Amino acid sequence: MTLALNGEEIGKKLAEAFPAAVVSSDKLNVLVDSKHLQPVAEYLKNTSGLEFDYLTFVTATDYLDYLEIVYRLVSLKNNHSLILKTRCHTRDNPVVPTVVNTWRAAYYQEREIFDLLGIRFEGHPDMRRLLLWEGFQGHPLRRDYL
Amino acid sequence: MEIIRPDVFTPQEADQAEGQLINSFFDNCTSQFPDPAKWIDEEIHRNILLTTVDIAIAWARQRSIFPLMFGLACCAFEMIGMAASRFDVSRFGMDIFRWSPRQADLMIVAGTVTWKMAPAIRMVYDQMAEPKWVIAMGACAVSGGTFRESYSVVPGVNRILPVDVYIPGCPPRPEGLIYGITRLHAKMIKGTIDNPNLSLK
Repeated sequence: MTLALNGEEIGKKLAEAFPAAVVSSDKLNVLVDSKHLQPVAEYLKNTSGLEFDYLTFVTATDYLDYLEIVYRLVSLKNNHSLILKTRCHTRDNPVVPTVVNTWRAAYYQEREIFDLLGIRFEGHPDMRRLLLWEGFQGHPLRRDYL
Repeated sequence: MEIIRPDVFTPQEADQAEGQLINSFFDNCTSQFPDPAKWIDEEIHRNILLTTVDIAIAWARQRSIFPLMFGLACCAFEMIGMAASRFDVSRFGMDIFRWSPRQADLMIVAGTVTWKMAPAIRMVYDQMAEPKWVIAMGACAVSGGTFRESYSVVPGVNRILPVDVYIPGCPPRPEGLIYGITRLHAKMIKGTIDNPNLSLK
């Protein structure tokens, strides 16, 4: 069974490396500032003892006040996992840096999130709609759609 | 007839009883039962069948439907169940599901049609040779079903294709689909040579 790591411990470790990055952390997950997402992702992938080499999924949720992007990371080497989150506080044209350069698995799922929730991933090589067709109006998984 | 019971008779007695029964058949069954159609001349008997060309062709079409192998969602499993041995659609002469629309003449739209899929379905329909028929199977294909108000689902496949038979249900059981096919047969038998699927001209 994959061990789910305690978010607080990882949060402390991240706060040492990037003092402004961690917004909050609890037992289940770590919430980081989206400005520091890319260096944090690189750190989580390459630091020995963590080595999160596998991204299970990226997903996003609309909480009306903010949009939250969720990354589930797994280390196949150390057999442990972590939930990483980041938030975006604007609703019109929200932008978050991409993690495609760190985990290639994010490629299609970031396109899907752009398609359904309208979050742009800055630095993504091909930021187009994935499921819906070109010319579709709006982003249907947002709470204020229709 | 006497029942042979091995616990009452010895094997030898049972053999003798069986032998007597066979001998009685052998002695009594000497002549054939008469053929009821013997009074008709043999040439006529073999070669004449009275019908109209319309009915003969419609009957031939009805009993040799080639459906298109075409499943969009969960209804496709009921369609597969209908084709397999338990419900056995071979009884209606339509056991060969065709991969190519050029060889098919029945399209069973089994499942939810999304707007992104709609051009592909229309293209496959246009590739099928005339005469051709369409069955809309399940609530989603009939009217959009649960997903009617959704942003991505076509509310009824009849917005993109003309439909002959609608089968409601979510999904309909294989018996339901077979009933729909018999309704399609009833429609096909009414067709004529120049207007096989009774379309309005």
